[in-house]
Amino acid sequence: MAQIQLKNLTKAYGAVQVIKGIDLEIRKGEFMVFVGPSGCGKSTLLRLISGLEEITGGDLTFDGERVNNLIPSKRGIAMVFQSYALYPHMKVYDNMAFGMKLAKSGADDIRRRVTDAAKLLQIDHLLDRLPKELSGGQRQRVAIGRAIVRDPRVFLFDEPLSNLDAALRVATRLEIAKLHHSMSGVTMIYVTHDQVEAMTLADRICVLRDGRVEQVGTPAELYEAPNSLFVAGFIGSPKMNFLTGAPAAAHGCTTLGIRSEHITITDAGPLWQGTVVHAEDLGSDNFLFVDIGAGEPLIVRQPGKLAIPYGTRVGLTPQPQHLHRFDAAGLPIR
Amino acid sequence: MPNPDHGPSLQQQRARSAFWFLAPMLIALFCVAAWPLLRTIWFSFTDTTLSNLYGGKWIGFDNYLSIRTLESGRVIYRGTLVDPAWWNAVWNTVRFSVLSVTIETVLGLMVALVLNAEFKGRGLVRAAILIPWAIPTIVSAKMWAWMLNDQFGILNDIMLRLGLITEKIAWTASTETAMTAVLIVDVWKTTPFMALLCLAGLQMIPRDIYEAARVDGIHPVKVFFKVTLPLVRPALMVAVIFRMLDALRIFDLIYVLTPNSAATKTMSIISRENLIDFDKFAYGSAQSTLLFAIIAIFVSLYIWLGKVDLSGGGK
Ligand SMILES: Nc1ncnc2c1ncn2[C@@H]1O[C@H](COP(=O)(O)OP(=O)(O)OP(=O)(O)O)[C@@H](O)[C@H]1O
Ligand SMILES: [Mg+2]
Repeated sequence: MAQIQLKNLTKAYGAVQVIKGIDLEIRKGEFMVFVGPSGCGKSTLLRLISGLEEITGGDLTFDGERVNNLIPSKRGIAMVFQSYALYPHMKVYDNMAFGMKLAKSGADDIRRRVTDAAKLLQIDHLLDRLPKELSGGQRQRVAIGRAIVRDPRVFLFDEPLSNLDAALRVATRLEIAKLHHSMSGVTMIYVTHDQVEAMTLADRICVLRDGRVEQVGTPAELYEAPNSLFVAGFIGSPKMNFLTGAPAAAHGCTTLGIRSEHITITDAGPLWQGTVVHAEDLGSDNFLFVDIGAGEPLIVRQPGKLAIPYGTRVGLTPQPQHLHRFDAAGLPIR
Repeated sequence: MPNPDHGPSLQQQRARSAFWFLAPMLIALFCVAAWPLLRTIWFSFTDTTLSNLYGGKWIGFDNYLSIRTLESGRVIYRGTLVDPAWWNAVWNTVRFSVLSVTIETVLGLMVALVLNAEFKGRGLVRAAILIPWAIPTIVSAKMWAWMLNDQFGILNDIMLRLGLITEKIAWTASTETAMTAVLIVDVWKTTPFMALLCLAGLQMIPRDIYEAARVDGIHPVKVFFKVTLPLVRPALMVAVIFRMLDALRIFDLIYVLTPNSAATKTMSIISRENLIDFDKFAYGSAQSTLLFAIIAIFVSLYIWLGKVDLSGGGK
């Protein structure tokens, strides 16, 4: 339960500036997701907040208290690592209890908190096992359990699901979301490069790019009103269609963006004409790839099933209120 | 049935080619290790002398222990097993091995912990620390012999000036200090090797669990005893075995540093003495055989007690 404030936070390794001045407020009890491409500095930023890395410049405050020079264990945080970071020679119970024995809690209290957390995560039958005797998903739950028993002000997750397979990832994602609801008011910061994870989990998303904040907002805000070409292309699956050249110039911009679900196939005076070059049928949706002679084929989402053979010429019309226009610098024209 | 009458199965073919790859090494090992060992054991049961290597006659266990009753009724025991010089050598060897290996393990682990941390110039320090180990024992023993020299040695000089001692100590000559001198040189020489083995073990430990411990605020001393030590233990056990094998057959250092001191004569030294200097070839062979047996027992005990897995992780 902490409000976290980052003021012009910077981090440099030697001469290499990795975090280039970040201003961000994370509210009490918020689920904040850092998302961005590989190498943009997500993990570094999380490690600055955790105290595992020294802050080069700027201020970091927890509930108004400056914590720049506070060691990690004094910040009231718990961290879940991508690699789980379990102690390989300790049973699950000891893994979860190891960090607490110091905290002057009584033996009964420790036992109770560990079993409570284990029950919450449904790993109470695994307490006597070693980490190597667990599956990847179970290990990750132990790591989360270890964080829970510490009863922290802030939870930090660094790509906790990236070592799991797709099905398990969805299931564990759900559990983390449930966890956030059940632990009312705990602030969580979650790093991922997977924008679907970001969209589904976050109260607010912070898109990072090359050590800078690109945009902060709710998933819907980012989806509907991206603040830059980068965010528009990064958020959403499939990617937003981008048109350059003549079709963009016709709308008075350098790059024209339109999402796949905002294009209608029509024969009545279509704006664009093209041929179907590929189709992906996902069961619920059908994605058509239409080449209109402007670089990449346009992806058009088509609900239901309407078999259109390859090579068919189709007319396309975008919904005008959903057009995104960007100038040469990649900034939106509103 | 995977193998109808179409020649050997894949498994058999693999075993056969493996045998041919191993054959040269097996032959070499037999020539340089097994054959001399068997010869030595054979000699120990004969009355072979240096001047007549091939004319020895079988005399049974007499080199180890022979009991004769004289006409007067007196019983005479002879042989290595009742030789006080031998038991002195056994005691010296064991004392030297336990002390040197213990000190080297503790120091080596400490050095390894330092080298495992990240700091500027770590690569250079890692290389530099190996220098004592890379110097041939004869050279380092001679070098230390000079430094420990009672009249001109730098060690006595420094300690005198610092007021730690009031008169010069004859490090290598005096029976009280000879073992200490040998230990000092051996520790100086072999700690780097120990450190290197420990470092290899430390580097197998994932870094992230130390970060987890840092976030959890666990005291570094507790982290060392509860996390580092248990995880580095397998590597440490193997390192200790290597060093123990080495220490139990120590020869060169003592032969150069304190050649004739009864306080430091080890099993290897005394068997060589009998084999060559005293022309009791068969007697020396018996002592060599005992040395081999003692080392074998020591190491088996250690492996059994420590449940060391030498098979490479197993599972
Ligand atoms: N210890 C270090 N020394 C020098 N540069 C570093 C160090 N750690 C990270 N970097 C650099 O900082 C940048 C950001 O790294 P970071 O690990 O934060 O990326 P990330 O956003 O977490 O990427 P990923 O999604 O791949 O995990 C990278 O360019 C990386 O090369
Ligand atoms: Mg990362």
